[in-house]
Amino acid sequence: MALDAPGRGGLRQAQPFSKGLGLFAYYPENAMRRVVVTGLGLVTPLGADVETVWANLIAGKSGAGPITRFDASNQKCQIACEVKPADHPYGFDAGKRVDHKIQRQVDPFIVYGIDAAGQALEDAGLVDMDDDLKMRTGCSIGSGIGGLPGIESESIVLHEKGPGRVSPHFVHGRLINLISGQVSIKYGLMGPNHAVVTACSTGAHSIGDAARMIKDGDADVMLAGGAEGTINPLGVAGFAQARALNCSFNDRPEQASRPYDKDRDGFVMGEGAGVVVLEEYEHAKARGAKIYAEVVGYGLSGDAYHVTAPHPEGKGAELAMRMALRKAGLAPGDIDYVNAHGTSTMADTIELAAVKRVLGDDLSGASMSSTKSAIGHLLGGAGAVETIFCILAIRDQIVPPTLNLENPDEGTEGVDLVPLVAKKRTVRAALNNSFGFGGTNASVIVKAI
Amino acid sequence: MSDTADRVKKIVVEHLGVEAEKVTEDASFIDDLGADSLDIVELVMAFEEEFGVEIPDDAAEKIATVSDAIKYIDENKG
Repeated sequence: MALDAPGRGGLRQAQPFSKGLGLFAYYPENAMRRVVVTGLGLVTPLGADVETVWANLIAGKSGAGPITRFDASNQKCQIACEVKPADHPYGFDAGKRVDHKIQRQVDPFIVYGIDAAGQALEDAGLVDMDDDLKMRTGCSIGSGIGGLPGIESESIVLHEKGPGRVSPHFVHGRLINLISGQVSIKYGLMGPNHAVVTACSTGAHSIGDAARMIKDGDADVMLAGGAEGTINPLGVAGFAQARALNCSFNDRPEQASRPYDKDRDGFVMGEGAGVVVLEEYEHAKARGAKIYAEVVGYGLSGDAYHVTAPHPEGKGAELAMRMALRKAGLAPGDIDYVNAHGTSTMADTIELAAVKRVLGDDLSGASMSSTKSAIGHLLGGAGAVETIFCILAIRDQIVPPTLNLENPDEGTEGVDLVPLVAKKRTVRAALNNSFGFGGTNASVIVKAI
Repeated sequence: MSDTADRVKKIVVEHLGVEAEKVTEDASFIDDLGADSLDIVELVMAFEEEFGVEIPDDAAEKIATVSDAIKYIDENKG
């Protein structure tokens, strides 16, 4: 092993045994590795490619509507933000990047995840990698719940027809790590293969953890993100019974998701996926990649309080944000935009109070919006999709709106929650918050390079 | 072409996502149609449903081509 090989610092990574094997060790120098975003992919209720989604979001469109995926007439909640069918103006064509056979075998979250990962790789110009790079490229694409629709339907098959009729693809068509698995098989990616499962924090944790893998030298490129697809009878009923879903706007679906508004009454379920290509900075520079932003900060914490309710003082959220700021080496005044977790539940004001404590007086110079007002809550996909929105806010110097914020709740005075319409402004650094059932919190900070 | 053959081919096309003209009677599920062992388990289940036959595991293992399936079904359906 050429640990004493000449060169900068002497302890260069990527020198042991064989360059081709991509074996890395944790060397102090890895602490200097920077992580940038070089590719984006989105499947959401507002479109199935990044530019369409972003244009619709900035235009103030809503992805909400009556549930069409199944007959929801006996459900308390009859609305959702569904990914639109292929024949819709901004619908999703699963056949574009996912084989017919795989579509039949797996649940929607995996189909969304494979497609978003493909978009991100195409955007980064990394579809055709050499074998060396494939060994240094990994996947960390998770989900909060995973294959609930298939669990529901195969349970019915088991009950009605017996065990001999359960699909041989049942297990691997539902498992959460099977986005990472499928994507690695499709593109030949032999780096770390991982999948986060932290409810609605999944997408943010996936990006933060994958960035660390690159910093630690486990990989040079990571596909990172999250996906969800649980608009099925059991999923909708489960969240409604947990009193988490909005059930009082069934006749006005586009107005149902209204974070920070006095009339908010629970979240609207969304679905889809967000995946980014994370890349070691020098690697991206060397190949002349388009660089969107740098992942500079990541914080994570637990509430240690309740399975579904956040800590009433938002202590866990505060810890995650403070850690992310510290890691980023940024001051509160450097954050220009916060993409809030803001689910349109009572928890919104708890998050806002925590943000106020962390950013202090500097919050008056920042903008904070919840894009869940437009696309609903993508659960395990939310943190990744919303981090992509932060990146696009930096790229285009515009922040997306909080729809339906007509009567701001008490405690929101003096905070720019970007009501109703997008706002052009300087965005140098942006923070995404994601909080999940179980009391799991993640904050990711991205910054212009 | 027999009625059984038509129905078998339709199931194969639907499950494996292959073009109908590739599903000839001497086509091998694995070598010619891109199936893996789990796909064959699924196909056998679909044949059982469609034709109301039971295909035990030892018989299923011997079904390698489209014609093997047609032959087994024609010989065993009620």
